[in-house]
Amino acid sequence: MSFINYASREINCKIVYYGPGLCGKTTNLQFVYQKTAPEAKGKMISLATETERTLFFDFLPLALGEIRGFKTRFHLYTVPGQVFYDASRKLILKGVDGVVFVADSQEERMDANLESADNLRINLTEQGYDLDKLPYVIQYNKRDLPGIVSVEELRRELNPTKVPDFEACAATGDGVFETLKAIAKLILFDLKKGR
Amino acid sequence: MASPQLVMYDEEFKQINAVIDRLLREANSKVIFLVDKNGQLITGCGETERFDTTSLASLTAGNIAATGGLAKLIGEKEFSILFHEGEKDNLHISIVAGRVILVVLFDSRSSLGLVRLRVKKASEELAGIFGRLLQKSEEKEKSGESEFPFAEITDDDIDNLFS
Repeated sequence: MSFINYASREINCKIVYYGPGLCGKTTNLQFVYQKTAPEAKGKMISLATETERTLFFDFLPLALGEIRGFKTRFHLYTVPGQVFYDASRKLILKGVDGVVFVADSQEERMDANLESADNLRINLTEQGYDLDKLPYVIQYNKRDLPGIVSVEELRRELNPTKVPDFEACAATGDGVFETLKAIAKLILFDLKKGR
Repeated sequence: MASPQLVMYDEEFKQINAVIDRLLREANSKVIFLVDKNGQLITGCGETERFDTTSLASLTAGNIAATGGLAKLIGEKEFSILFHEGEKDNLHISIVAGRVILVVLFDSRSSLGLVRLRVKKASEELAGIFGRLLQKSEEKEKSGESEFPFAEITDDDIDNLFS
């Protein structure tokens, strides 16, 4: 859950990027890191294996500015996508304020997308969250590659509840900030509603 | 939802800082941090400017979460104290009131025994303050009394963050 500090006038929110292995979660964070002004970002931490696969999580703190005199900070996390890291994935969902599901648009990754989306719902339920009540956006990544599934089909399979969704190519940065902005907006409006 | 939202008010913030300032002196330590279990830094004292406090907070919470997962696997509720020994500096990490993490960084000018002793005392005080804090924010929520700054938030406010 978000942390509101009236003493230092700060609001901290936690965003988790979820999705199957190699779908581009870390690449999303790396692009945000590259394109953010030095004063607005902290160090990006990647707990990864020697082959640069995420082992535990990536972490990127962003201090985007003030809203109504409150410093607004977003902490971006990714989960390890590979199936066998499920125990770690559950831990990272603790205290989440909003989720970005990064789907891999390639045909051969459709099963992996569906499995990961199911896994997200199950793991959230285990932590006491309901995905349908949580700020949630979907990103269809790798739109630049050949052999990809149409957006209509991705939408049908992965977005039955019609949450905001975006096409992206995280490697070049297309759609990365649109996605982040959308989830940030949902979280802040959710905070407003909850009061 | 899984856990209630953590809200910090001026009065309790001052009390908490007073407790950790005293702990810093009494335990002869270098730096002390308080971190939310979700990885948000609550406050710190001592030589904080020498460290990347945001990263430290996030990694500490990840550490606690991972060891908590290990604890459950072997049938323990949690491991409430972690100790990391380095060549010069050491970290003493403990869970206070089940939801906040107290991190004490110390070197050879102090000792594990002293830190453990002082942390125990300070933890009891901190648990009391966090208990009151939780109660206070629940009461405020129930009575509908809130100085929440986001009630008036607009699309433009959010767009401005990304401009």
